[in-house]
Amino acid sequence: MWRIVHQFGSPPWVYRFCDRVIPWLLPITVVALLTGSIWGLLFAPTDYKQGDSYRIIYIHVPAAVVALAGYYVMALAGLVSLVWRVKLADTAMRAAAPIGAAYTAIALITGAIWGKPTWGAWWVWDARITSMLILFFLYVGVIALFEAYENKTVAARACAILSLVGTVNIPIIYKSVDWWYSLHQPASIKFTGSSAIDASMLYPLLGMIITFYALFALLMMLNLKQSLTEEYAQSAWLNKRLTA
Amino acid sequence: MTEARDIDILHYCRSQTVRQLMLMVRSPSEVVNPLLFFLLVIVLFPLGLGPDPEQLSVLAPGILWVVALLSNLMICMRLFVDDLEDGSLEQLAMARVPLSIAVLPQLLASWLASGLLLSVVSPLFGLMLGLPLNVAPVLIASLLMGTAIMLLLGAVGAALTVGVQRGGILLALLILPLYVPILIAGTRALNEALQGGDPSIALALLGAGVTGGLVLAPLAIAAGLRVSLEL
Repeated sequence: MWRIVHQFGSPPWVYRFCDRVIPWLLPITVVALLTGSIWGLLFAPTDYKQGDSYRIIYIHVPAAVVALAGYYVMALAGLVSLVWRVKLADTAMRAAAPIGAAYTAIALITGAIWGKPTWGAWWVWDARITSMLILFFLYVGVIALFEAYENKTVAARACAILSLVGTVNIPIIYKSVDWWYSLHQPASIKFTGSSAIDASMLYPLLGMIITFYALFALLMMLNLKQSLTEEYAQSAWLNKRLTA
Repeated sequence: MTEARDIDILHYCRSQTVRQLMLMVRSPSEVVNPLLFFLLVIVLFPLGLGPDPEQLSVLAPGILWVVALLSNLMICMRLFVDDLEDGSLEQLAMARVPLSIAVLPQLLASWLASGLLLSVVSPLFGLMLGLPLNVAPVLIASLLMGTAIMLLLGAVGAALTVGVQRGGILLALLILPLYVPILIAGTRALNEALQGGDPSIALALLGAGVTGGLVLAPLAIAAGLRVSLEL
């Protein structure tokens, strides 16, 4: 059992692991993305209130779900790096941050595009939108802090502390924004999507959520491989692997 | 050896607080400048929004809190810079007193010179924005607690960025998102008081924030300072 855990701390092992998984994961993710999009965009039934505009849900919701999960992936990697000083966890944390930020940005942008036909405005100070925007700033903060340090080992530790502080704060921020919103609730907005979602719409959505998780894992592995290639450019194991 | 190991932490904290306060008394501009900044930014709002007292009094809770937040940010930017430059931060990190406790006197002194001062004079600024005087107790209480949490959270950011060149704007990027709950609870307390509601829920939440922050933030500050010192 411990051997398996220890393997994840060894750069050559993880590099080989990524090399083995990516050829499988890449085609599966691409096929799933295509299937999910076609299913959601063409075959799922039209919403009786929102018409076809609701179909952006198949991008918007998965991106938002995985964006939040991505922060916890990053913070967990930060915790591992702080407590056990596993150097690879630093690299994993750095690999997760830009992907998470990109997912958050996708969720915000698709939310704005969805908001225009349904709510009549590009931007509404809704509780969830505001929370996502703050999550985006938390991601950007971690990336900016990492870039600010010359010494990347020190940078990773600073980012780990920051992402842990952020983890403690995320539930508080979410609760407080909800609370703030209940104070400001504008009457003109109706949440049509809040009613129970029908199975014919739900299955493609669940499929897309799983696909977005797979995409996150795939992007993270690619990112991790690239960081490892940069970090261990002088190492014998990497040269052997690349020339083989 | 035992007497050397038994350090009286309270005595240490007292003498450190006095030292930090002396430092501030000897360079009063560091205490006065954030207050002047607070006043100046408040003056900008009526100039930008128009002098209508009714409109201003509606906006006053938000204005006061956002400006308090910004002036707190300025204090956090200077927090550990001098100590790092003159080497006393390294002495602090090597002392027998745990670093997470050793930073508390400095935070206390900073808060006395900024948060406490700002809270006490804030009703004056509130009057300038058309806030009625009867909300002054709520304004003072919410700012007293709010500035304490902001300083604790800001110190975490300051500890992480103190070694970075041009860390000021980076500090703002790191900690402003974390200030969101404080801003919401603080303005809520004021708005409730203004509308004759019960501000005690919001005030209780701020109090919870202070207690939670006092327990957790020093650990993060100490860890951040050790990273910045590359110990």
